[in-house]
Parts: sequence; structure tokens; C-alpha cells
Amino acid sequence: MSLMDEPIVENPGFPSLGHPLVPGALDISHKVILYLDQVSVSFDGFKALNDLNLAIDVGELRCIIGPNGAGKTTMMDVITGKTRPDSGTVFFGQTLDLTRMSEPAIVAAGIGRKFQKPTVFEHHTVFENLELAAKCDRRVRFSLRSRLDGETLDQIDEALRIVRLTPHAHVEAGLLSHGQKQWLEIGMLLVQDPKLLLLDEPVAGMTDEETEHTAELFLSLAGRRSLVVVEHDMAFVAKLASRVTVLHEGSVLAEGRMEEVREHPRVIEVYLGR
Amino acid sequence: MSTPTTHPLAPRRVLFGRLGWSALILFALLFVVVIPALHLLVPTNHPLYISSYLITLGGKILCYAILAVALDLIWGFAGILSLGHGLFFALGGYAFGMYLMRSIGRDGVYHADLPDFMVFLNWKELPWYWIGSDHFLVALLWILLVPALLAFVFGFFAFRSRIKGVYFSIITQALTYAFMLLFFRNETGFGGNNGFTDFKRILGLSITTPEMRATLFALSAAALTGALLLCRHLIAGKFGRILTAIRDAESRVMFIGYQPLWYKLTAWTLSALMAAIAGALYVPQVGIINPGEMSPANSIEIAIWVAVGGRGTLVGPILGAAAVNLAKSWFTFSFPEYWLFFLGVLFIAVTLWFPGGIVSLWSRLFGGARR
Repeated sequence: MSLMDEPIVENPGFPSLGHPLVPGALDISHKVILYLDQVSVSFDGFKALNDLNLAIDVGELRCIIGPNGAGKTTMMDVITGKTRPDSGTVFFGQTLDLTRMSEPAIVAAGIGRKFQKPTVFEHHTVFENLELAAKCDRRVRFSLRSRLDGETLDQIDEALRIVRLTPHAHVEAGLLSHGQKQWLEIGMLLVQDPKLLLLDEPVAGMTDEETEHTAELFLSLAGRRSLVVVEHDMAFVAKLASRVTVLHEGSVLAEGRMEEVREHPRVIEVYLGR
Repeated sequence: MSTPTTHPLAPRRVLFGRLGWSALILFALLFVVVIPALHLLVPTNHPLYISSYLITLGGKILCYAILAVALDLIWGFAGILSLGHGLFFALGGYAFGMYLMRSIGRDGVYHADLPDFMVFLNWKELPWYWIGSDHFLVALLWILLVPALLAFVFGFFAFRSRIKGVYFSIITQALTYAFMLLFFRNETGFGGNNGFTDFKRILGLSITTPEMRATLFALSAAALTGALLLCRHLIAGKFGRILTAIRDAESRVMFIGYQPLWYKLTAWTLSALMAAIAGALYVPQVGIINPGEMSPANSIEIAIWVAVGGRGTLVGPILGAAAVNLAKSWFTFSFPEYWLFFLGVLFIAVTLWFPGGIVSLWSRLFGGARR
């Protein structure tokens, strides 16, 4: 099975007639993969998130923009379990309460994250980075006797091609350029095979050509997976032509298509106009 | 679908290179077979005779080397610096020491059934935790179980609370110090500040014979070879790659779905276990175990052996343990008062100018690229 054409498992039954509840499994019968409802987080009195509401549909590509300090990274931290909200709920699908799950459990449920600063394992080769990220049983005893199977190797092979790192497969990741590290991290997300990808400033430090390629990649992923992209690069966001959410002071200021958001007077005032 | 062996991407992964295997086999032959044989079979006036002083010193250093490999597994590869590994070493030693004390039988100073220190304290019967300590197999069980259990419980809470870096090191210092104070007390039931000594026999065989010395030496060498192979095997596999990934970027490891706690805990417990085995082999060779082995300074010294030899290389710490302890034997004989100064200078010098330790000399001299 290829990384690029794996369909999201839809509920084949009739949602209106009810469907079995499987504990621990992602339930996307209502076509929404991520809900944030009235989420607030404060650090020493500073409200990083203030009553934030957000819903991401299955297969959607959503861009999040906003000035520095708007709460974009904090939002990612809350979704991935790094930060616990003071109040509010965060649900993955209908049933998984992310505020009660550990970071690894959230990953296992199907959320992958690319960090703002590319963090790859610098002393491991590109191949080893992908190998560690590849979908497999994460428990210790499996790591003690794991052999790479052909399917995993094929997936790593394909991820290498998609992120154009095949010639560098056995190079230490620390030696890659900034843009290549960004791509390696995207490759690690691909082999991890998540249902929801969170991408924090994925094209920072990339050349125009690399940015172009990344936009194409994200567009090809959308539909099969859900993507949330936090980005400062307006040209990149415009290229993705997706729904855009503007964050400001920890809550949603505006939401809509790029053209609509661009005309929004408050958005111009706090962000674009400056 | 391609098979793993023929896939063009699959990296070639081996435990040791040709040179490494040759060196390992040579080491094992020399230390497990040849040196003990030279001690036993060669006449004492022959130039190839290995004296009992040398074989005891060598056996001691082999035990220290196991300890150094144990520390390198967690410090070099998981980035967890324990400054309390002497505790696990001492506990292994004490566990076997209990058996050695019971094996003295009625040949002690007081010719009593109880160990001498208990008679001295006017105790009438064995404390409950000494029950069964006269059985060799029970002793072996305690050697493995007690330090491993302590390491597991301590590690579980420390790693679960995400205690890292210097904080973890300080807590391990405190832990070994606390145990030292506990074992200093006579009421604890392990011989107070004198500890255990005056051992007579193992499995009914006298402990002072050349045969016993040679056997203990060979066992220590075999245990060191085993520890090295086991650690190398762990490090060369996926477990090792995850461990080094945790060392380099722990939170990143969590965000690709691994729970670092269990990986650290596995390495940590295994490391404590190896330290305990080293301690159990050490005690019959030096003939004494006392709470001084748990002193914080002792544990710090272990870290110095690893740093001097070359952290994260497994072979380096063995060389480091040997070099530092040989130097120590010479110094404490010739200029005892300068030993600690020398050790301090050595540590600073290695940190400043030789971060790769002794093993990096090889690549510096021959220009070979090492990973």
C-alpha cells in the first residue's frame, strides 16, 4: 500500500442509524476530525489561548495565520498533549479526549506534528530517522528484536522520494541543509502515517523552489489526510488556497477563504495592515 | 515486495567489524584462558608466571571494567549520568557477601553459628532477611533481584517525573549516600562500618587457593565479555537507536510515539544489574565489602573512568577503568597523598582537550573516521 493513496477509513454504515463505539479508535462519523471547544491556557496570567473554538473537517487542509503571540504554537501544544488547557475540551474525532491522553498515546491515535524549528535526530542518518518514525509497535520488547520488513522499507523508500532525500539516505541528518531538515521531518510524518498532520511553519528557511514543491505535496495529501498548517508566509498560504483561520490574542478573529479574510477590517488592522 | 536482505536501502548492520571480532576473541582467550592458566600451571620462578598480586589486581580491574561498561550504557547512549552506580555495585557485593559470611560457618573468631559481627552485637538469632543466605543459589538470586528491583523502582519514579540531567545525577548521589549511612548502622544487620570480611570458602572450596583466584579472574573476564556483547547487541539494534534518539531529543521521541520512560527504565535496570554482577565478582577477590563502597566519591570515580576512556564507545570505558585503576595502584603506592589531585587534573584535562577519551587517540593517530 502506498503512502499517498491510502484512503481515510470512512464509516461505511449509516451514521443516523447508530454505529458501534470502539474504545480507543478514531470515530469520524460526523466528518469532523478535530474539535477545540472554548480552550483557554494561561501562563503566569498571560492568556495564550482565550476561549478558542476550532473544528477541522476530515480531509481538510486548514491554514492558521496570526501575528506572533497569537497562540498558534500553544494551540499545537494543546492538541499534542504537551500543554494541558486550563479549561475547555479538545476532541479527536467524536470520542478521543486529547486533554486526557499522553503525548505518545496521542501520536498512536493518529496525530503527527512537525515542529516550528526542525527537530530531526542529528546523529542518526536520514534513513534511521525515517525508520524510527515508521509505523510499528512502539513498545520496548518489539524494539529488541525488530527486523525491518519489506513493507516498511518500501514506505521509507517512497517517503525518501517524495521529500527528495533519496541520494542522502545514509547521510547524518545533522549535515542536511535547513530546508532538507524540514523535508526530512515531513518525511518522518509521512511514514508515521497519521490521520491528522500538524505542521508548524513548514516552509521557513526553504527556497522558493522548495516552497513550491512543499505546497504541491500538501495539496496532494489533502483529502486523504487532514492537515493543519501554521504559516507566516502569505504567498505560501495563498497557494494552498484553503480555508484560513486568523488567530489573535488566543482566539479566532476571522475564518474563511484567503480572499475574504484579507478584506476583513479587523484582520487588516491587527495583522495584514502592519 | 522486496525482502529485507536484498532491498537496496537496507543498511548493513553488524555487531562488530572484522577487527572488532578478532580483538574480542583475542581478549576473551587471553583473559579467560591464558592468564588464569599462566597463574596455575607455570612455576613461580618462571618469567611468564602471573603472581597472585597481579591476578587479584587484574580481577579487580575486570570488575571495575564491567561497572564502567554498565555506566556507559546509560550515560553514553541514553544521556543519563548516574553518580550513584557504586550503590548497585555494592549491593551486588553485599548480596554475595552474605553468602560468604554464612559459608565461614564455625571457623570465625567466636566459633559460633552466627556471623562474627552478630555475636559481637550480642544477637541471638539471624535477622529474617538473612534466612536462606547460606544457599549459593539464593545468593545468586539476591545479587540479581535486589539491585534490579531498587533500580527499577527508583528509575520508574525518577523517569516518570521526567527528572533529567544534573538533577538526576544529584539524586543518585543522594541515594547512594543515604544507603551508605544506612549500612553504616550496626542495627541494619550488615556488619556496620566494618562490613563483611574474613571470607573462607565458596561452595565448600577455600577462597585463598590459586585455583579459586584463577577461576574468579576467568569468570570476571567472561562476565566482562558478556556485558560488552550484550550492550553492543542492544546498541546496534533498534533499541539502541531509540535510546540515542532519547539522549539527543527526548521530546521529539515522544512526538513520534515512543514512551521514553520504558526505554530509559530498561537500560537503567539492565545497567544496575550489570553493576551488581560486577560487585558480586569483586567481593570474593578483594575479600572485603563495607559501606565505603557506597560513598559518593566512589561513584564519581566510575564516571571519570568512562570519561577518560571515551564515553559512548563501550570499549573506551574498559580502557579507562583499566588505565585509571592501574595509575591509582601505582600512585597510592608511591605518592598516596597526591592521588586525588591527579584524578582531578586528569578529569579536567580529558574534558578540555580529550572529550573523546582514550579511544579517540586511535582515530587521531590513524585518521580513521569513527562514528
